[in-house]
Amino acid sequence: MLINLTVNGESRSAEAEPRTLLVHFLRDHLRLTGTHWGCDTTNCGACVVLVDGEPVKSCTMLAAMADGHEVRTVEGMERDGQLDPVQQGFIEEHGLQCGFCTPGMMLTARALLDRNPHPTDDEIRVAISGQICRCTGYKNIIASIRWAAEHSEEVTA
Amino acid sequence: MQVPAPFDYARASSIDEAIALLDRLGPEARLVAGGHSLLPMMKLRLATPEHLIDINPLESELAYIREQDGEVRIGALTRHRDILESDLLARHFAIVREAEEMIADPPVRNRGTIGGALCQADPSEDLSAVCAALGATAVIRGRTGERVLDMDEFHQGPYETAVGDAEMLVEVRIPVRERCGSAYEKVKRRTGDWATAASGVALWLDGPNVAAAGIALSAVNPTSVHSVGAEQALVGRPPSEQAFEEAAALAAEDCEPIGDQRGPADYKRHLVGELTHRALRRAAARALGA
Repeated sequence: MLINLTVNGESRSAEAEPRTLLVHFLRDHLRLTGTHWGCDTTNCGACVVLVDGEPVKSCTMLAAMADGHEVRTVEGMERDGQLDPVQQGFIEEHGLQCGFCTPGMMLTARALLDRNPHPTDDEIRVAISGQICRCTGYKNIIASIRWAAEHSEEVTA
Repeated sequence: MQVPAPFDYARASSIDEAIALLDRLGPEARLVAGGHSLLPMMKLRLATPEHLIDINPLESELAYIREQDGEVRIGALTRHRDILESDLLARHFAIVREAEEMIADPPVRNRGTIGGALCQADPSEDLSAVCAALGATAVIRGRTGERVLDMDEFHQGPYETAVGDAEMLVEVRIPVRERCGSAYEKVKRRTGDWATAASGVALWLDGPNVAAAGIALSAVNPTSVHSVGAEQALVGRPPSEQAFEEAAALAAEDCEPIGDQRGPADYKRHLVGELTHRALRRAAARALGA
């Protein structure tokens, strides 16, 4: 079947079987490999992307279900050569070690800050609670998101 | 790579069309909403539907939370997140937000629906216990009309409901009555996990006494069921610490936990008593303040 969706603001379409999961559609059909494919079982959250602005686990959504919707992946975070404040925060606060969970963590952070520009640490913890960092770098991830919340104006200025 | 086996895919554009498709395609057709129970089952080949009917396009018809005719009515396609964030539900039934906060995790709650959760009928699922405690009813629609069942009729066993092949759950109705207090208590190993044991409680007061009580357990029975003995022990007397103790002990007696990786059976039974006791205290405080 032909699947049409908007990815990072661009209209994209590709043929795929109905059983194709969104994570594989993004990685294998559209060659956007920034979205990571982890546990396959809705647990780890490495595959989180934003669908209509909200985080979803793309291993547990059919690409067909995203037809007509807006998907945002880590490739769409940088704009006009300018890193998203969340990306800058992960650099400043050493928010990643191996980097496997990072795309999903950053997208969840983006969605959180879009709704709630000044979250508490507890709100940040809840927001990322469906995603696993196997390097256990949670403290720095929270600091990175906090950095983004505190510096969003100067980075985007 | 875990992917579902091949299937034919159709998108429904109305409830009637979804039911007509179910009717035409027969028992090998399944509805999919959030897909957070069905897709994992399909990856593991525990479910192998030949046809999948996607009802996600029906949000305008089937995703809502509204108060009408003395009930709060929740459309089957309402996502966990919207239930969690609903002030209307939180105002009437504190148990709902308490349970939702502990269901899976935020990205899962962005997709999973109440209809999917109830129809999956997993014995460890939380909303089934919440709905049972609150005395909710389920509206099932087929080609010839609707029927309204209480949760005991709706749940027929583990992973089994009263929804027939060419029918769909369209709405959950929770009665609004005065002087109601409710609470949910759950022990789980980590965020996002299923319950090791959980207890949902609702109390309705009349004068100084408990007029009605709903106590439903999760993860300790083959299907989410009322603790009838515990409920009866509360009715007609004041909501006292002694009454709570007796009811909690009856709830712990009246369940069938199985020892597994989440803990041995006697530990789960102990949890049921303790969690029911705590939930009763909190529900009663809320009912008295209501």
